[in-house]
Amino acid sequence: MPPDFIAAWLNKNEIFTAMTIMEYWDGMVTTVQLVFLCLVIGLAFAVPLAILRTVKNPFVSGPVWLYTYLFRGTPLLIQLYIIYYGIAQIPGIQQTFWWEIFREPFYPALLAFSLNTCAYTTEIIRGAIVSTPHGEIEAAKAYGMNWFMRMRRIVLPSAARRAVQAYSNEVIFMLHSSAIASVVTIVDLTGAARNIYSRFYAPFEAFIFVALCYMALTFILVFVFRKIENHLLRHQRPAGS
Amino acid sequence: MKKLMIAASCALAMFAGGVQAEGRDLRIAFDVPYEPFEYKDENGELTGFEVDLAAAMCEEMKADCEFVIQAWDGMIPGLLARKFDLIMSSMSITPERAERVLFSEPYYNTPGGWFGPESFNADVTDMDSMKGKTVGVQRGTTMDTYVTEEMSGVVTIKRYTTADDMVLDLEGQRLDVVFVDYPVGEQTVLTKDGFKEVGEPVKLGEGVGVAMRKRDKDIAEEVNAALRKLKEDGTYDAIMKKYFAYDVKV
Repeated sequence: MPPDFIAAWLNKNEIFTAMTIMEYWDGMVTTVQLVFLCLVIGLAFAVPLAILRTVKNPFVSGPVWLYTYLFRGTPLLIQLYIIYYGIAQIPGIQQTFWWEIFREPFYPALLAFSLNTCAYTTEIIRGAIVSTPHGEIEAAKAYGMNWFMRMRRIVLPSAARRAVQAYSNEVIFMLHSSAIASVVTIVDLTGAARNIYSRFYAPFEAFIFVALCYMALTFILVFVFRKIENHLLRHQRPAGS
Repeated sequence: MKKLMIAASCALAMFAGGVQAEGRDLRIAFDVPYEPFEYKDENGELTGFEVDLAAAMCEEMKADCEFVIQAWDGMIPGLLARKFDLIMSSMSITPERAERVLFSEPYYNTPGGWFGPESFNADVTDMDSMKGKTVGVQRGTTMDTYVTEEMSGVVTIKRYTTADDMVLDLEGQRLDVVFVDYPVGEQTVLTKDGFKEVGEPVKLGEGVGVAMRKRDKDIAEEVNAALRKLKEDGTYDAIMKKYFAYDVKV
């Protein structure tokens, strides 16, 4: 497409001005920050929680089971409402230093999203851990490895291979779930689209553009996970390729 | 089917051109709750200033009206998709909206009001004293447009879908002040302890009109005639007195 054609088209339309594009861009930055941070926090806590969840002692695995059940059993929107509006209702919270953090909508949303994705990720990793073939563990024991070394060298690496596909789904779901951040006044991608829609009353332009933005982000995620899968599953490729 | 539709539209056109259309079917959309304009009373009945006015208008037009509840976000798309024929849900007349829908003459105008906690001590017209404050508005309202145009860069603007969410954040001290349709602020903020009006009300725009599809010019004529009649014969004033202590007539 010749650039003057684009310029002419941009001049004719009222919706995609430099200002609204900047609004979408700021929204995209917020979405990426929110999703990236909650995934990092979620994964960091999910690995130890998944290990605790597989422990035989019910006093250790029970609380983790309860946590994953609560957060997988309720909608993310409700969790966000409870955390965002609930925290503000705690008497006296406004006078403590916590309010510096929870006054802004970003941190309540980050907390809700992290807790939610952590619960799902815990279950994904737990499933991968319990499906470790017995032979591998017996072989590790025969080599005289203790529990810690078995986990680090045998169970977790092979669990990672089995979990990566399911986890890539969780990451994409989380990206799309983050759209609900806009209900607590965060101007993420969806929030930007809603603001622009309400200003111009053009639902198709505003929302189709934002859908394309999400698709582009998903494309990047799919690409990254293919690289990770290729790396983790390289032993399964035919020799010499 | 196509023939039938052509025949039907011819018949409609004849009606509209000839005698007053007897028993026209109209669906009117409201977004509840938006006290005191449209809300459900303790028996779950739809009521309010605009609901009463709509009922009086339908009677005047001899139309057979059905009231529909529709969330604000989907108002104009719903109208264009023929889910209903009229919007009487405090929709302010703006040039942007007038591109998509046909407005009747305005039937009321209320100012925007500034509401905040007792401790609020800035002057809402002085940008220096407002610097760094967080202001809540309802997304896409004339109050939103006003704050966006006048105060962008000075204050942090937070946009809400419903007034309830906004008032909850004002109570939770996430907002310093809200700029909201005056009667709504009166009903939701001033009824709570520790809150007050913190600035002069601001008159915004032309007022509120009935929104219709652009092609429904004949309905618009009937609506305008009916509204004019109600404003003249005292029906409008009687309904207004029921809900307001002040004048909203235009």
